Amino acid sequence: MSAAFDEKIRQTLGDANLQLAIYTATGRLIEKRRKAVNADALPDYQELRTQANAIKKHTIENLDHYLERLEYNVAAHGGKVIWCREANEVADFVLGLAKERGLRLIVKSKSMTTEEIDLNERLEHHNLESVETDLGEYILQLAHERPYHIVAPALHKTRYDVAEIFSNRLGVENEVVIENQTRIARRVLREKFLAADIGISGANFLIADSGAVVLVENEGNARLTTSAPKIHIAVAGLEKLIPRAQDLAVFLKLLGRSATGQALTVYTSFLSGPRRGEEIDGPDEFYLVLLDNGRTKLLGDAEKRESLFCIRCGACLNHCPVYRKIGGHSFPWVYSGPIGAIITPQFMGVHHEPALPFASSLCGACAEVCPVKIDIPKVLLELRADITKANARNGQARLERLAFRVWSWVMRHPRLYEFLGMAAASVAPEASPSGAHPGWLRTLPALMNAPPLRAWLSQRDLPAPPSQSFRQAWRARARRPAGGAE
Amino acid sequence: MSRDHILHKIRTALGRSAGDPPPAPPEVRLRVLEASMEERIDRFCASLEALAGKTCRAASLEAAAEYVACLTGGRPAIASNAPFLRECGITAIPGVCSGIRDREELRGLCAVAGFGITSADYALADTGTLAMMASGSEARLISLLPPVHIAILPRERLLTNLDELLTLVPLPVEERSSMVLITGPSRTADIEQILVRGVHGPGEIHVVVV
Amino acid sequence: MKPRVSLFVTCVVDQVFPRVGLAMADVLERLGYRVEFPEAQTCCGQPAFNSGYRHEARQVARHFLDVFESSDYVIVPSGSCTAMIAHHYSEIFRKEPRELERAHAMEPKVWEFSSFLLEVARADDVGARLDEVVTYHDSCHALRELNIKAGPRRLLRNVRGLELREMDTAEECCGFGGTFSVKFAEVSGGMARTKIDSIARTGASAVVSIDSSCLMQLQGALSRAGLPVRTMHLAEVLASR
Repeated sequence: MSAAFDEKIRQTLGDANLQLAIYTATGRLIEKRRKAVNADALPDYQELRTQANAIKKHTIENLDHYLERLEYNVAAHGGKVIWCREANEVADFVLGLAKERGLRLIVKSKSMTTEEIDLNERLEHHNLESVETDLGEYILQLAHERPYHIVAPALHKTRYDVAEIFSNRLGVENEVVIENQTRIARRVLREKFLAADIGISGANFLIADSGAVVLVENEGNARLTTSAPKIHIAVAGLEKLIPRAQDLAVFLKLLGRSATGQALTVYTSFLSGPRRGEEIDGPDEFYLVLLDNGRTKLLGDAEKRESLFCIRCGACLNHCPVYRKIGGHSFPWVYSGPIGAIITPQFMGVHHEPALPFASSLCGACAEVCPVKIDIPKVLLELRADITKANARNGQARLERLAFRVWSWVMRHPRLYEFLGMAAASVAPEASPSGAHPGWLRTLPALMNAPPLRAWLSQRDLPAPPSQSFRQAWRARARRPAGGAE
Repeated sequence: MSRDHILHKIRTALGRSAGDPPPAPPEVRLRVLEASMEERIDRFCASLEALAGKTCRAASLEAAAEYVACLTGGRPAIASNAPFLRECGITAIPGVCSGIRDREELRGLCAVAGFGITSADYALADTGTLAMMASGSEARLISLLPPVHIAILPRERLLTNLDELLTLVPLPVEERSSMVLITGPSRTADIEQILVRGVHGPGEIHVVVV
Repeated sequence: MKPRVSLFVTCVVDQVFPRVGLAMADVLERLGYRVEFPEAQTCCGQPAFNSGYRHEARQVARHFLDVFESSDYVIVPSGSCTAMIAHHYSEIFRKEPRELERAHAMEPKVWEFSSFLLEVARADDVGARLDEVVTYHDSCHALRELNIKAGPRRLLRNVRGLELREMDTAEECCGFGGTFSVKFAEVSGGMARTKIDSIARTGASAVVSIDSSCLMQLQGALSRAGLPVRTMHLAEVLASR
């Protein structure tokens, strides 16, 4: 793996406080979800997952049709769709609009898609002020950090971290009481909401038959972002589409419960454009920015296309034993956890971090909890096959490739396999006296300490080969009179 | 043009051509459960109270106004233009401002009011949810800016669940620019997973079922 | 007369934990089965598949199919190997119709050991006896790919003298994951330590599983930590008298 990946993992594993924070936070979310989807709370949970998968599959497989429906309906309601192939086109659009009208202040609600394209950085570079309004994202913006988790971005921060950040960046006295910290943020952000020229949101869902954006939140900042400023820009990946408003009967039952254990989040907003007719407030202008940024590339691969079904609930992160150890910042891109592991190589290319699809024991806990039934382990295995093929083409990982060729050959020649087994057993040391379990080795002599064995032994003891392999014992057993048990 | 380029890439990736009609989408089974009015009211109140919302069953329009007057105690409140509020006499309560149609004026009042009083288009019993559609009678910010939100709901508008809402209103934002489902007071657990209420939206919500 | 069954002991059992294979044979024979061990067997191909080497995986899978094609029942003391054969062979042969057909024909014949006992042999009590407090680890492939959860527990509960105590992280991955255990050794070790903490809290003197690779990972960690808990494969428990 890359040195950067290795180093970040090592740092996270070595930070006991961080380990505890990650484990506790994800543990709570696991428990909350469990209570919300069990047989009493949601008896048709499994059926809903199947339906959700079917709806997403249908939509993704006919994406062009639904995008055109969406665009038609957005326009019919007075809004405008802006199609963007690349990240910079989004920033260019916002900058263009702001410059044209002499606008400066932007408020933003939580959007992983905008993180994906570094929107804030680009806007700030051109002297626009773009303020994150979700509490966790606001804290991270002040700290210049990336989100740690798709749904709980500041999962890794303690109240003392927040106190320090507020002290340094807002000039407020060292405030460690969480409720007061929240009040401070509320006060600061309220001013911004009411003064902002533009509100930028993401979209949890795009509804084709309604030309609408659906936003799901608990704080109210998305509502304020999309209701107070005169211009609302929603930025969404192409894959957020669902065909009908009625489909939300399926998705809304799954999203809140899978993410935080809530039957419904506090606010679910359906927004279809600028205010109409006699409506008193709401934006005068609405723009829906549809972002490709590589999604069409993923579409082309039928075996991995299901990666686009994701509704960003974060359940896979919470249940992943690897995420729970290495945390969100070890991942090389904005999307972390199992979903991050499958989409990052597809968006950025497998060479971006070739070890990433291997950073999994394939336990399948993610697939078990995914509300849209993405078979994440299957996609990881496909990516692993892609990487070995790419390595073969580029002459990388020669030793490993050779090793597996030899292994395959041995495994097709049973007598050779048996011979090698006996040879290994004869040279392996007897169990050491060092406190290991009987028959287990704590160390190996230097000559035998090949990297995989060394890696194994760095963490746990190794079983000493038995005096007889099974097949040898079986032959001996066959020679005994019938009925002789061990 | 980006639009054509993107659509072209999609069609190539999927092996589709422009104008190809898609097969029918999977059927969505909306399940509307039978429940009596009393059951619905009980369930609604229980669900909302479980989220630290407050509920009140008003036997009459006057009782509703009394409850509200008690809460606001004459302090500044902003009420929407929902006819039902006038019917209940809420617009007549001292301190309550209503009939505002100008956006800037409304925003100014919402920013300083201690209470935002609205009706609601529908409510959902299963989850303790209010469904509010933007209109000349219901501005968005009234249920959002003031720290306390009071909603006066005529009982007939109480549905069992989201499925029923989507059955009744399959295209919720066809005529209006916004529908919001409000389920309890605003909250966050972003710092150490500790729950704090009233982050940006109201920290207190009262629903009076008439 | 009960039918013949073939043992696919898996390379881990063959080379590292032979007593598991012997225990499995004992239990099956006691139930009246004639147990065979086709000597040409080696591996199911999973290590190559998991590492992305599908060509090599196919080669080894073909060898497996050659060896076991004529068997009626192939009994496997491993959830992950059973899942490889019963689920993933059709994936790796998806572009080869002839092998795909062979793989499909193999699917109904391959049985993870505890599933065979319960569903084919219809024996949830094999007359075993073991006076011990044990806890059970759900291996991931068995749990999530083969839906094996209640079965082994039922078998354990019928072992005389045995007390089964559940650990609070029974369904969490032990951290083995094949080459993951060495490519991401520190993370794998961390996952193992989380599991053994949980195991220690039960007060059990043994942890039982139906997968030997999990047991290798867990006992490696238990041994390193100096904890007096051993591992036993379900077959060994059921063979105890």
